[in-house]
Amino acid sequence: MGLMNKHVVLERHSLLLTVCILIVVSIGGIIQMVPLMYMDNTIERVDGMRPYTPLELAGRDIYIREGCYVCHSQMVRPLRDEVERYGHYSLAAESMYDHPFQWGSKRTGPDLARVGGKYSAEWQVDHLTDPRSVVPESIMPPYAFLADKTLKYDGIEDRLKTERLVGVPYTDDMIENAKAHLVAQADPDNLGYDDVDGLIEAYTEASGREGTVETRDYDGDPSRITEMDALVAYLQMTGTLVDFSTYQAGDLNNSR
Amino acid sequence: MANVIARGRGYTSTIMMVGALLGVFMILALLMAAGAKDTGMAVQAWTFIGLAGAFLVGMSLWAGQLLGRNPFDQSEYENAIVKWGVAASMFWGIAGLLVGVVIALQLTFPHFMYFPEWGFTNFGRLRPLHTSAVIFAFGGNVLLATSFYVVQRTCRARLAGGMWPWFVFWGYQIFIVLAATGYLLGITQSKEYAEPEWYVDWWLTLVWVAYLLVFLGTIWKRKEPHIYVANWFYLSFIVTIAMLHIVNNLSVPVSFTGSKSVQVFSGVQDAMTQWWYGHNAVGFFLTTGFLAIMYYFIPKRVNRPIYSYRLSIVHFWSLIFIYIWAGPHHLHYTALPQWAQTLGMTFSIMLWMPSWGGMINGVMTLSGAWDKLRTDPVVRMMVVSLAFYGMSTFEGPLMSVRAVNSLSHYTEWGIGHVHSGALGWVGYISFGALYCLVPWLWKKKALYSKSLVEWHFWVSTIGILFYMISMWFAGITEGLMWRAYNEFGFLEYSFVETVEAKHISYMIRALGGFLYFSGACLMAYNLVRTVLGHGEAESFDTIDPKYARPHQPALQPAE
Repeated sequence: MGLMNKHVVLERHSLLLTVCILIVVSIGGIIQMVPLMYMDNTIERVDGMRPYTPLELAGRDIYIREGCYVCHSQMVRPLRDEVERYGHYSLAAESMYDHPFQWGSKRTGPDLARVGGKYSAEWQVDHLTDPRSVVPESIMPPYAFLADKTLKYDGIEDRLKTERLVGVPYTDDMIENAKAHLVAQADPDNLGYDDVDGLIEAYTEASGREGTVETRDYDGDPSRITEMDALVAYLQMTGTLVDFSTYQAGDLNNSR
Repeated sequence: MANVIARGRGYTSTIMMVGALLGVFMILALLMAAGAKDTGMAVQAWTFIGLAGAFLVGMSLWAGQLLGRNPFDQSEYENAIVKWGVAASMFWGIAGLLVGVVIALQLTFPHFMYFPEWGFTNFGRLRPLHTSAVIFAFGGNVLLATSFYVVQRTCRARLAGGMWPWFVFWGYQIFIVLAATGYLLGITQSKEYAEPEWYVDWWLTLVWVAYLLVFLGTIWKRKEPHIYVANWFYLSFIVTIAMLHIVNNLSVPVSFTGSKSVQVFSGVQDAMTQWWYGHNAVGFFLTTGFLAIMYYFIPKRVNRPIYSYRLSIVHFWSLIFIYIWAGPHHLHYTALPQWAQTLGMTFSIMLWMPSWGGMINGVMTLSGAWDKLRTDPVVRMMVVSLAFYGMSTFEGPLMSVRAVNSLSHYTEWGIGHVHSGALGWVGYISFGALYCLVPWLWKKKALYSKSLVEWHFWVSTIGILFYMISMWFAGITEGLMWRAYNEFGFLEYSFVETVEAKHISYMIRALGGFLYFSGACLMAYNLVRTVLGHGEAESFDTIDPKYARPHQPALQPAE
């Protein structure tokens, strides 16, 4: 067979072999990944998406640090049982500001894409502290230590700046006031109402939708801001941003 | 004399370069430790300084006692690094399997090693420790050791680069320790099988480039005109992993003295990139790398040529071309556009054939030596490994079909699938290679005990079966329970009921994992006794002087 005899050339030239391997393994990735970067219909047009507030972002960092993604997906599939169990199927737009994405690959625990608002903050704190106190059959590890650890947020401005660098639309105002916004969201009663108003105004404007920013003491300990505050703030807003009353699932532009 | 000096200069230069490089990185690490924005970063930087410092001191002491003797004598193979690689493989293998048993028990008994006031041993931190330890620490060291062994024999040349292979080896161990301790500290970028943060990624990139150059350099020095098939597979593994690693870890550090970084891609694009990486970590780390092992060790052990040269060409190119497309089958029914999902599924199904091409080529190599299946448990282990490879590369395409995936995805079936590949295929072919390598490297007539290999084989095989069957059962059960409706049209089960339903399966899985771990302990014991020359592991020197140095290379071209 002629072609087989030509293979000898590759077997005798290591650089040629290396280059051929590189070309052959590049093709699939390029065809699958590059169009996603520029095709308009990759991400639906929706109302309500906004960047995470500083407290939510800090909470999301804790979610990542503790490896929650190992057991919890954040991707509701458009299957009847999932939509009934978890809510509207997830849109691409809902993770457009997620660097990195948190879709997960395993559901040892339930999907968390729309856990926001499903339970009270008090329930979330109890559950994280001792999962089996509220769900006896649960096999989740306990996270009581989060309530003991004061949240470190010295670098929160830099954190937001880096997000902006990769394309998350944080405004100068959001970055300058990141610390004040963080404190205001977790501790609205002990702080000047200006900051609370500033936080709500900035992120409501980004969202274009009222009521996407919740401010409260999440962990039941108003004396300080803990990692529990941040994590619960994040959990309580997941999947709540997009306005599904204006989302046209049947629109051809949203069909992918 | 001039000759000696010239040779001396030749060998000291690579030692000097490796030393200088380590020095530069230790200074960088010192700066990072001094300005550390978080405790995690400080701990990691000091860990690096300690390990790189130990390497530097060890290397200096070793170089000091050479007194002009060239340690990189071109007329001999570099065996010491392979010996270290074998030891590291065994060490990390046991460690990784042990962590696997621990997390299996945590899912079964959710009080096991959980400390509410102390999160270091929570499942979310230990699971990446387990996956990285078995894939990158165990698997990676097996690949390093065997590739260094195989490339020298099949090229009839000593490993290129003088000190650089040692930099690759120790640099890789430093990568493992940084990654592992990082997970326990909560340093992760949450991308599965690519969890280490930006600075560890950069370090690994450096080590990997050195690895590629050492490997290619050895091929360039070859005295054999043809590049042997195992080396194509090793080369595709090294080159492709470099590409995958770099693209999937594109991130911007928040601060150059902090551990946190932000991924460049987000949402859909990041998901696509991650599973392009994730699936091809399976394809190129755990498949082509270990197929290279198969292509050297099976023919060598059974003393038969590869079944079909043509098949090896066809399945090599089709395998590496098709594998890279298969990633999106991890994203069925997600927000990834459907055209990408369909491509992923189509190529995953096509992947079945080249995968089986490798299996057939390996198994049929036994033609005329089938009796070895009965008489040599090491051969049996490697052939059973191919059987598991064939099984899991059939199961994979099946699970990539959208309709099947809607049931299997997110469930324990996926866990069972990976472990039939990991324990059966990757584990067994590695064990087979290590069982071959130890007597060859330490110049022993045989392993310490053949019956211990039998015990290892059967204990582990029963372990794998417990693991796979319990996870099939658990996965299909929970998948069906999630979608079950009662007669009133409501969901029949709450989520936690599906968790409860898996309890017995989890127990059987933990038992299966423990059996597999026990088998690996038997192996470690057997290998240590072999090195010590106990039992049947008689040294060649004591039998007949003519076997004293059996692996003295001929060093003349084949043609």
